[in-house]
Amino acid sequence: MSLLFSAGTHAQNSPNQGRNLAAACATCHGPNGASRDGMPALAGMPSEQMSVTLKAFRDGKRPATIMNQLAKGYSDMEIEAIAGHFASQKPNASGARP
Amino acid sequence: MNRRDLLKTASAFTALQLAGCATGTAPPVTRGRVVIIGGGFGGATAAKYLSLWSGRGLEIYLVDRNHQFVSCPLSNLVLGGSRRMEDITRGYEGLRERGIRLMGDEVTAIDTQKKVVKFGQRFADINYDRLIIAPGIDFMFDAIQGLDAEAQKTVLHAWKAGPDTVALRRQLEAMPDGGTYVLSIPRAPYRCPPGPYERACQVASYFKQAKPRSKVLILDANEDVTSKAGLFKAAWKDLYPGIVEYRPNSEVKSVDVKNMTVKTDFDTVKGHVLNVLPPMRAADIARKTGLVTANDRWCGVDWLSMESLAQPGIHVLGDATLSAPAMPKSGHMANQHGKLAAAAIIELMNGHQPEVPANIINSCYSFVSAREAIHVSSVHRYDAAQKTLVTVPGSGGLSSARNDIEGLYALAWAQNIWRDMLD
Repeated sequence: MSLLFSAGTHAQNSPNQGRNLAAACATCHGPNGASRDGMPALAGMPSEQMSVTLKAFRDGKRPATIMNQLAKGYSDMEIEAIAGHFASQKPNASGARP
Repeated sequence: MNRRDLLKTASAFTALQLAGCATGTAPPVTRGRVVIIGGGFGGATAAKYLSLWSGRGLEIYLVDRNHQFVSCPLSNLVLGGSRRMEDITRGYEGLRERGIRLMGDEVTAIDTQKKVVKFGQRFADINYDRLIIAPGIDFMFDAIQGLDAEAQKTVLHAWKAGPDTVALRRQLEAMPDGGTYVLSIPRAPYRCPPGPYERACQVASYFKQAKPRSKVLILDANEDVTSKAGLFKAAWKDLYPGIVEYRPNSEVKSVDVKNMTVKTDFDTVKGHVLNVLPPMRAADIARKTGLVTANDRWCGVDWLSMESLAQPGIHVLGDATLSAPAMPKSGHMANQHGKLAAAAIIELMNGHQPEVPANIINSCYSFVSAREAIHVSSVHRYDAAQKTLVTVPGSGGLSSARNDIEGLYALAWAQNIWRDMLD
């Protein structure tokens, strides 16, 4: 139902918003956020913890090499959509192969 | 009824099924065939995410003339001697396990009317519903006088990682101590803005350790270092004093292999190793397919879907695109293009308009020594009024200074992006 609803509406809260936003993170943090080799793993992190962390990076309350620069590219709503997506992923699952 | 009509019917049927599904829990059932030309950062990522996000509903073909993926990022470390080719080479088995059909062959032509891809040797023609072309770049050798096929055997670019990378390393190893390595950089835009300056660092790092009387001479057609300028200049000054010399506004116009010289408008420079990066453009297959829309070099795309502005049903990814404002031609960016296109193509093949794309990121690390790295980053958001991706104000930036931590992050970045596209 939601798929039909999204047709042509460019809805902000599309069913895939969290998935698509979070896909950008996987490039550095591994498939579905299951990282290797020292980049922090994101898969399975509680949603609240990730939202708070990303907002702290964005607002300069938590130091970082690169995450403070990247977090500034996202609104509260986008951060929460990303956090919601990773919270629903299994830790260390490198992208299920259905 | 042709195949296209059948597909339309299938899509309509799928939509009706979903509309009639009271629980709304059924996953999207996408049907159809997507052929992807180019198994680099853009094409391989698109293949994987199309498979993942369609729940294997799509028939996906990935075509590349090479049977293995060799990463351009980190390939400068092979020149510096801290990494080997094995360290930057990966197989395509993970994609095969996802049900993606791999075709190791060269595409000779694309019939955009009949939607057919034609191959050089091993495979019969195949048709497609949507085509992705992620071909990377080819070189404008004609722009440099004397750089003919024979000269190209001696004057390497090594700007596509592979046998050329090894050949350039051998030239550096064979060079006498006290020799000069000349690196020529074309005017922007070209593949990987910081790449040449990283290469200068890596070659200098090798010289410092193995032949310290040697020189790295950078002849840059641009008026200044095009990326991470302050950080690179600090590295040259602090780490490689007396080894690296940087000359801006020095466009190489000709090469003379017999005398091992290059000429700019002002100078004739002699070198023991000449590493000339010619100007670049979208790869040949993109030109032949009529996808080039800008300056006879780059492929314009609709940033909602990466669909070509010239050929409907064909999506172009990566370095071959006419870049959005302040968007570099990088492997990271191509990976993000692949995901943007995958999401849009699934919508389109389900009969929907693509959603507004999610923000995409560029993170680019450069090694200034065997261990220390620096980065530049940016976040790009779709702007409906301008119909392009623009950088989010205030986002992105540079490393504060080179350090070992960023070097570790750079290595982790490489492992994770390779897994993201290939596993």
